[in-house]
Amino acid sequence: MAITRRDSLALGAAALGVSSIPIIGAHATVDDVPTADVKPPEYKIEQGASLDMIRPAKFVEPDEVYWKKNTEEFSKKTGVEVKVDFLSWEDLRPQLAVVANTGAGADLFVSFGADPHIYADKLVEMTDLAEYLGAKYGGWYDLAMLYGRKWNTKNWLALPLGGGTGPVMYRKSWVNEVGYNEIPNDLEKFLDLCQKLQKSGHPFGMSLGHALGDANGFSEWLLWTHNAFVVDQNGKVALDSKETIAALKYATELQKTMIPGTLTWNDVGNNQAYQSGAIGMTFNGVSLYYSMLKSPDPKVNAMAADTQVQDTPYGFSTRKPMTAAPISAMLFKHSKYPNAAKEYIRFMMEKDQYGMWLSSCLGYWCQPLKAYSKMNFWNSDPKLKPFSAALDSPFYDGYKGPISSASAAVIANYTVVDMFASVVTGASAPEAAAKQAARAAERYYKKA
Amino acid sequence: MSTTTSDVGLQQLTFVRKPDGLVTRLFDYKPFLVFLCMLPTIGLLVVFLTYPLGLGLWLSMTDATIGQPGEFIGLDNFLYLLEDPIFWMSVTNTIFYTTVATAGKFVLGLWLAMLLNHHIPFKAFLRAIVLLPWIVPTVLSSIAWWWIYSPQFSIISYIVVDVLHLKDHYINFLGTPWPARWSLIAANIWRGIPFVAITLLAGLQTISPSLYEAALLDGASGWQKFRRITVPLLMPILAVALTLSVLFTFSDFQLVYAITRGGPFNTTHLMATLAFQRAIPGAQLGEGAAIAVSMIPFLIGATLLCFFGVGRRKWQQGEAND
Repeated sequence: MAITRRDSLALGAAALGVSSIPIIGAHATVDDVPTADVKPPEYKIEQGASLDMIRPAKFVEPDEVYWKKNTEEFSKKTGVEVKVDFLSWEDLRPQLAVVANTGAGADLFVSFGADPHIYADKLVEMTDLAEYLGAKYGGWYDLAMLYGRKWNTKNWLALPLGGGTGPVMYRKSWVNEVGYNEIPNDLEKFLDLCQKLQKSGHPFGMSLGHALGDANGFSEWLLWTHNAFVVDQNGKVALDSKETIAALKYATELQKTMIPGTLTWNDVGNNQAYQSGAIGMTFNGVSLYYSMLKSPDPKVNAMAADTQVQDTPYGFSTRKPMTAAPISAMLFKHSKYPNAAKEYIRFMMEKDQYGMWLSSCLGYWCQPLKAYSKMNFWNSDPKLKPFSAALDSPFYDGYKGPISSASAAVIANYTVVDMFASVVTGASAPEAAAKQAARAAERYYKKA
Repeated sequence: MSTTTSDVGLQQLTFVRKPDGLVTRLFDYKPFLVFLCMLPTIGLLVVFLTYPLGLGLWLSMTDATIGQPGEFIGLDNFLYLLEDPIFWMSVTNTIFYTTVATAGKFVLGLWLAMLLNHHIPFKAFLRAIVLLPWIVPTVLSSIAWWWIYSPQFSIISYIVVDVLHLKDHYINFLGTPWPARWSLIAANIWRGIPFVAITLLAGLQTISPSLYEAALLDGASGWQKFRRITVPLLMPILAVALTLSVLFTFSDFQLVYAITRGGPFNTTHLMATLAFQRAIPGAQLGEGAAIAVSMIPFLIGATLLCFFGVGRRKWQQGEAND
């Protein structure tokens, strides 16, 4: 079993849930989302329709509470019964493979990243719905379009619902102490900051071990800040480049400033280290901040107050070199009630439902539609700010190539992570590691 | 007279009994009957053993991914693995892990079994306690070990650094390849000892005390008693326990996957964890199956080695010992 970042979030959320859920049943309207006047598509709900949906399990309490509440409202309004299964994250992909390959089971399936692209031929396109929502809610973010649409087309394979990201989290007082007001965007300065933090006993820490979310995110950041990438626009492996070598050398210097043992961390390693005060800076999702904020220990609450959040340094990149992991709703061709399904998703994405869900999820999910970034709750806490634009990034797993099963396999097999890990520990020379990783990546891309 | 009666008898017999039908003759045919009686067993074996194994073999020769059925590609997966340094590292890791961990388990397990074989107070209670590491679900004990090996929160580091002041920094158990491998082996030995100890204890209890009494009268030393009585009489059960233990260790998955997930940079992957990593999270079903299939020759080899090397002594077949 593996503890993921989400598990630790769940722990924090358990405490959080109690205080933050408003009274259920009170029908609230959301009035801080600017909308354009667009006529909704008319989906004629089939006679006797009912829907089965599978989606990822909650990791913050309100996620499930509000999803269910909104679903009940849909059923009340339309008479369509919707059965929602919340599936643990490890079980999601095997289950999706079964549903897709047998052509039976759930009508709607919410899953991660590249999945809609892997099962593209089994899905009903959502183009009409996506265009309507985009027009009404200020357009889709880049990442939503990248993951939602078929590569290089305007056809929507699935409807992105949200995503999460991991910006820099740091202890304000400790960073100030070594002479920095904020996290510098320049890589040399960032390295200098890390060196100074190490000297002052509050080092930086980020995993290059087999931590699925954290280590892949961190190694992608290292690549993108140096303008390196795994594949080019045509899906040809381009990892073995001078930019990658530069990233590897930079990572080696950065590693020297880190707390020992980061290579053994899984996704909760940095959360624990940060919360215990062992490190002064890391990259992480909002979960870490909230679990500290809601901790029963006042000392930990004080740490949360001293925490600041900022986008990861840009380096040589012109846009935020950090991706987000979006979840998208897929509608299967085997569904007997495609209209009911589309109407359900439309209902869930409208502001009265989606706005409630989003604002209650406290930045754990971030909106794929731009208008939702205007919601007041994003300004309620300055630390939430970087999360409000999680999907506003051109970077994705497998950048710059097409999104496919190959890009997913490179992530799952830690191909890039291991390249960095073997170099920063001195086990391989940068050139040899880049060649080896490129060869491994080529195998997946050749198959796809 | 006699001939007449027998003739009559025969006539009567042929009259009463019609010639056997095809079905009757078929059922009287012994080989067929044997085959028929074995059918349920064959059915069970096919459904629960041969089919999954065959499917694994088939998958290993396709380029199936999760989501795509895949096409037959012959031995391509295996040829790729031959050139894959990570695969070879997992093979050497597995052999090393199995050899060292099994040796450790047997030395410590035998020792523990002999201690428990003495008359000690609370014997039953102690024996139950010894079984704990074996009873606790491995995922749980793995998480405990993961905490013990944590670079920031390790109890061992805490004692060494903060209590005893023997070192000035925390130990990085899992951060570099060799310490990580040894750490995993230690955890595996801990979990495996109870199985060996309890099995061998059962073996020890079958040895008649009169043998030891006789040895005592002959003036044998403790070592001689161990060498000449305990070890030979324990051999049959030792062979079985060794075989099982080697198989368990060789195909170990949970400990490694929960503690390191094969990291740092794949240096602690066993064949089982690598197969899972490639097949399920990595979605390359064919390649993962090929790694799993590659384990079979090793497993058969290890089993034969244990069985013939340790178990098959002449005295076990009722002959005199050499």
